[in-house]
Amino acid sequence: MKILVGIKRVIDYNVRVQVNREGTGVVKDGVKMSINPFDEIAIEEALRMKESGAASEVVAVSIGPEAAQQQLRTALAMGADRALLFTSDDEIQPLTAARGLLAVVEKEDPGLVLLGKQAIDDDANQVGQMLAALWQRPQATFVSALEFNDGSAKATREVDAGLETIEVDLPAVITVDLRLNEPRFVKMPDIMKAKRKPLDIRPFAELGVELPPQLETGRYEPPPRRQGGVKVESVEALVAALKDKGILS
Amino acid sequence: MSEQDNAIERDVMEYDFAIVGGGPAGLGCAIRLKQRLPEASICLLEKGSEIGAHILSGCVMEPQPLDELMPSWRDTPPAICVPAGRDEFRLLTRQRSFRLPTPPQMHNAGNFIVSLGELCKQLAAHAESLGVEVFPGFPGRRVLVAGEGAEARVIGVRCGDMGVEADDTPDGRPGPNFAAGVDIHAGTTILAEGCRGSLAKQMIARFGLDRDAAPQTYGLGFKELWQLPSGRTTPGLIQHTVGWPMDNQTYGGSFLYHLDEDRLYIGYVVGLDYEDPRFSPFEAFQQFKHHPEIAALLEGGEIVSSGARTIIEGGLQALPRMDMPGALLIGDAAGTLNVPKIKGVHQAFRSAMLAADHLADSGSPAGFDSAFRNSAGGRELHKVRNIRPGFYRGLWLGMANAALETVLGGRSPWTLHTRADWDSLETRATAKAHGEQAAMAADWQAERVLPPRDRLASVYFANTAHEESQPVHLRVADTSICATRCAEDYGNPCTRFCPVGVYEMVDDGEGGRRLQINASNCVHCKACDIKDPYQIIDWVTPEGGSGPNYQTL
Amino acid sequence: MSTVLLIADHDGKNLNTGIARSVACARQLGTVHVAVFHAPDEDAACAAAAKLDGVSRVLSISEPANEGPLAAVLAPQVAALAREHEGGYDYVLAPSTTFGKDLLPRVAALLGVPQVSDLMEIIDARTFKRPIYAGNVITTVKVPDGIPVLATVRIASFAAVDDGGDAPIVSASTDAELPTHTRYIGLSAAGGGDRPDLQSAARVVAGGRGVGSKENFEIVYRLADKLGAAVGASRAAVDAGYVPNDMQVGQTGKIIAPDLYIAVGISGAIQHLTGIKDVGCIVAINKDGDAPIFEVADFGLVGDLFQLLPALEKALDGS
Repeated sequence: MKILVGIKRVIDYNVRVQVNREGTGVVKDGVKMSINPFDEIAIEEALRMKESGAASEVVAVSIGPEAAQQQLRTALAMGADRALLFTSDDEIQPLTAARGLLAVVEKEDPGLVLLGKQAIDDDANQVGQMLAALWQRPQATFVSALEFNDGSAKATREVDAGLETIEVDLPAVITVDLRLNEPRFVKMPDIMKAKRKPLDIRPFAELGVELPPQLETGRYEPPPRRQGGVKVESVEALVAALKDKGILS
Repeated sequence: MSEQDNAIERDVMEYDFAIVGGGPAGLGCAIRLKQRLPEASICLLEKGSEIGAHILSGCVMEPQPLDELMPSWRDTPPAICVPAGRDEFRLLTRQRSFRLPTPPQMHNAGNFIVSLGELCKQLAAHAESLGVEVFPGFPGRRVLVAGEGAEARVIGVRCGDMGVEADDTPDGRPGPNFAAGVDIHAGTTILAEGCRGSLAKQMIARFGLDRDAAPQTYGLGFKELWQLPSGRTTPGLIQHTVGWPMDNQTYGGSFLYHLDEDRLYIGYVVGLDYEDPRFSPFEAFQQFKHHPEIAALLEGGEIVSSGARTIIEGGLQALPRMDMPGALLIGDAAGTLNVPKIKGVHQAFRSAMLAADHLADSGSPAGFDSAFRNSAGGRELHKVRNIRPGFYRGLWLGMANAALETVLGGRSPWTLHTRADWDSLETRATAKAHGEQAAMAADWQAERVLPPRDRLASVYFANTAHEESQPVHLRVADTSICATRCAEDYGNPCTRFCPVGVYEMVDDGEGGRRLQINASNCVHCKACDIKDPYQIIDWVTPEGGSGPNYQTL
Repeated sequence: MSTVLLIADHDGKNLNTGIARSVACARQLGTVHVAVFHAPDEDAACAAAAKLDGVSRVLSISEPANEGPLAAVLAPQVAALAREHEGGYDYVLAPSTTFGKDLLPRVAALLGVPQVSDLMEIIDARTFKRPIYAGNVITTVKVPDGIPVLATVRIASFAAVDDGGDAPIVSASTDAELPTHTRYIGLSAAGGGDRPDLQSAARVVAGGRGVGSKENFEIVYRLADKLGAAVGASRAAVDAGYVPNDMQVGQTGKIIAPDLYIAVGISGAIQHLTGIKDVGCIVAINKDGDAPIFEVADFGLVGDLFQLLPALEKALDGS
């Protein structure tokens, strides 16, 4: 089975993100970029499936600027077999990304598509679900455990109420959550080997995606600063205040 | 090397040259080697998560060596690159400041205020385009030495293991995601780790490279990048101050480098030869910012990033031998910084290019040490060698001596000696006899208002990160000293000299105290390795990619 | 007048508390119809939805296939309603619960329109604020004209409406083709143990260095149990060994957004505050009145936590 893993180049999760002076975006100059952490977990899951014999090939795909090659090389160094980059300097909104991935899926015909549940930059949490809808295939989102049987998979999902299990027929789209696995470290010899693995770069326009209506992004601003409230004199006063606010009944 | 370490199976990668450290020296050497020997295989290891992540420097750079190495840098300058404008040297008193004549070493016409980290990113891109293999996120953990005694020779570097989990032993044990560090075997290994490099420390001891040198000395530098309200800064203005908040006995001063877009680099350097164990270098920097003239500059502004790093100050007298069988020390791993200029980058480039030329011409490290000492870089160190040690006698005598040495151009027939920083602390009892608090702190402001409020808040702006489960990388050989001898003798100075509050004395739950090491705050400055009066703290590389993530600093 | 279709998140018996908050958002945008997709005989949520103030109508869509909340099964039905029901809807909303997040993008793709995730503030009929970069940046987005507005509602940003209403409940159906490639197996309650999960709990009590020891942490657990809260800790408490590190709240631990967060003996370092910036109501209990936590706490109580916590438990008993 071939597994397609979608990855996104994002600002590294350790970086303290700042709004630029004009309020039109976040500062990206000189800022460290990395693979979206949830996508790394997706790559790791795909690699484990390959190592266990459940998959034969892992293909990493990304839509983004030319520099996203770095992230694809990291995916190759982790163990992916092939990588595809569709370049665009425009903002690629989720539905556009999903339509683009559909075009790739139709060409590559994978048995499974793995994605991170959301990108830590836009926190949209949409692409996996949208791709599944367009592809008319099942989705299993926020997955923290996966079990494969012939032609189907049992996915355990982290939901608000606890852990939900569903079964999906393959091919399907799975979006992964934090607790699914711990991604492996990249080793130096593998970084060298990755340089020789195929990384195909093409313009995003080549996928022939019909652009859906786009959300217009306006202002960017930091969140409102929390202000201090009041000091209360006693626990009774505290309880009364909390009841008053409707927090305690 | 521990048995456990040797028992692990490792991949071996072979190179002609292995360089440890992705700063100006390491990258400069890599580039020059490729220019001279295009077919050579070169590997460069950098412990930070990316090139520049651990680079912290003022920085006002003399461009000539870089112009020689990579003239194209001027076409695509780094993100922060402001041509030097006016220079100012001021003496601060508690309330005022006085302009002093600018010392010749602080004339910066033709120089550039840069973010050294951003510059290094460009150097790295250039190095990679020439075929150097650059590996960020991979620390050199220990040097590999073959042979014994006179036959001993450096054969390469062992990279740090990843995925090690802490347990009761100092080295921890392999965790579920364990990945053994690779052994790099190289014809020549070049240590370019910067000030107080951990591998350089190992090799200086191993080969007795400092046998004929005076004790090495250091300073601790703090730096913050501020975004100020419109119109406050004068781009290109370079200011240095001495005086308040330090007393005359303690070496220290500030720098303010005005950038474009209303940004400011502001920082402070404290000599680690300070004597009063109650002194807090971080606090001194924060006090400086509260001087009425400085506070007026900063008011309403915002800290964007901050960090700290030690600076090597021993100069020529303390310079160890820079070559050993199979390896070289370059840049501040050896100690090539020019202290009166507070500039080390041009010297790092010089030593790096000289090392590359030397290796290309002779094929061996032997002779590099004398080649450097006889070069422009070595002569520059010779010229200023007596200036820093003059300050052991205090600010005024130090400045007078500096003036004399400047006039003589370093041709004085004597060479002043240096003293080890770790040995300079007075005991608590002695210090207390001088006064109830550290002398310089007498007129410090009780309530500070400018950010960061404390060291923990400051660390936030360094974006430092260490995987929680890894073994502590600050190896204290004997923590029983902390609550007993050290508490008595010095009052646990580590809890004050660490810029980020790694060391804390806490309740041990049994009525006593114990040392708590908050390793995850560490910004890799090396102050503890240097200043600890018992010399029992050994800083070793944590897991690759750990540590600060400095941006545009 | 604009029409809003709000998809109900329910478990066959109870309506998710996020719906009352989502209605608060929805009613600002237009006439609200709540759609409850359910299996036959599992329509209890319809009555609960009908009571919410601001709901004009409840649509009850009964299908055997609706037994488990499967996005693949519900999405075609939602899309059909959104397009066709009484001329179609201008807005399709869902709470930003795992249910809503799973379902709504699938609907958006079927309708060929973008979705706004985690709508936190309404600027105008088509302009909204939403958080990005884990809430460290707020961005304003506008949905272009001529398409329905699809959004998941950030429930922490809206106060629940009252339940004194009485909307009519009507049956609805669609002839959407329902896939069979996904099957619901079951649900098991979170983790283990009887305390709520820290990441998703509505109430959290957290202890810091001030608690003093592992044994002393009992006092924090007791208060949490009294409140039905999850238990967290500051980095300092974790480093000092009082609690394991999966309880850490903060920049390098968990970032949480409960309605109530009681910080006990926590000084309030920036790194910790990063983890609680989206909390509804922060209460701080600390003996140091100048501790930074008081600068962000909605209610602060200065004093000895070893006296105040037992007193607080007692005061809660009396209520």
